[in-house]
Amino acid sequence: MINSKIFFKGLKSLIGIRSPAIPLAACFVALGALLKDAGLNIQQSAASSFFTYALPGQLVMAESLLIGASIINIFIAVWLVNFRLYPMTVSLFPLLKHKSQPRWKYYLSCHFLAISSWLIAKDTYKKIDQKYRIDFWMGIGFGTWTTAIVTTLIGFTLADYLNKDIIIGLAIVNPVYFFCMMIGAMNNLKISLAIILGTILGPVFFLFSSEWAILFAGLTAGSISYLFGVRDGS
Amino acid sequence: MDPNQIIILAIIATSVATFISRFLGALTSEKVDASSKLFDWFNLVAYSTLAALLGRIIIFPAGVLADADIIIRLIVLISCIFIFIIMKKNLVIPTIFSAILLSVLTSI
Repeated sequence: MINSKIFFKGLKSLIGIRSPAIPLAACFVALGALLKDAGLNIQQSAASSFFTYALPGQLVMAESLLIGASIINIFIAVWLVNFRLYPMTVSLFPLLKHKSQPRWKYYLSCHFLAISSWLIAKDTYKKIDQKYRIDFWMGIGFGTWTTAIVTTLIGFTLADYLNKDIIIGLAIVNPVYFFCMMIGAMNNLKISLAIILGTILGPVFFLFSSEWAILFAGLTAGSISYLFGVRDGS
Repeated sequence: MDPNQIIILAIIATSVATFISRFLGALTSEKVDASSKLFDWFNLVAYSTLAALLGRIIIFPAGVLADADIIIRLIVLISCIFIFIIMKKNLVIPTIFSAILLSVLTSI
């Protein structure tokens, strides 16, 4: 059903010099501590990472709980901040498709889609035979997802020992890791333009609308880069 | 409402709001061919959206990162990218270094 050799090959991407385990651990440890602050118990904190597994959305939830926002507001704010997962899935799953593979694998494993797993899969999928790419993806996803859950629990447990300087230090690890991964992905002009424009437009649009900024900046920068590519003939 | 119930509802709302995008993505992927122009557009929008989110996190962070000065955040980011490039794209060293450098710079 699942090619275990390929699955473990995916799982192994957790170790080595491109390992996402350290940045994942850093941010989910900080999240675990924050969830405790927001009033969640240990089971609820683990459930949050188990069922949501998307850091920016979980941060929005924790901060909304702290200020007493309504459930509807939390839903909309999280949907907007995590909407990036839609284009991310559409730009990865067609690469993993194979007609011999059952559909349930795709619908189940889409839950593993997060920035870290997406960047690793985009970086390495070409090395895997198309037929087994979905199993490789499931290995990557399962590894990053379980790392997130376990480190959320560690963060919750260590919350009282983490001082503010440590939490600030942990908070920078994730954006640094993702920026480095994205710079590693800048292997053609269109992608480089998409990344550079997105980085600039994200904060600029944020000045006008904090909720819609990421969505509009992504659409604008992505479409400009696409049109640039069409004009360029690539 | 009991605070415990509010938390459980918030976890459900957050998880559903997140899964919708992933599920719709998987559904759309069935119709999108990896060699099509549509795929190309989605790919660029995905990279841009990610970059927009990260740019926002560095310039206008939510949470504790806001306590570190913007100049310090930029110094840490740029020096870590530099390390990443000169270390032949090793990701472990710049990420560990970023936490240490930021903690040191903010405590001065």
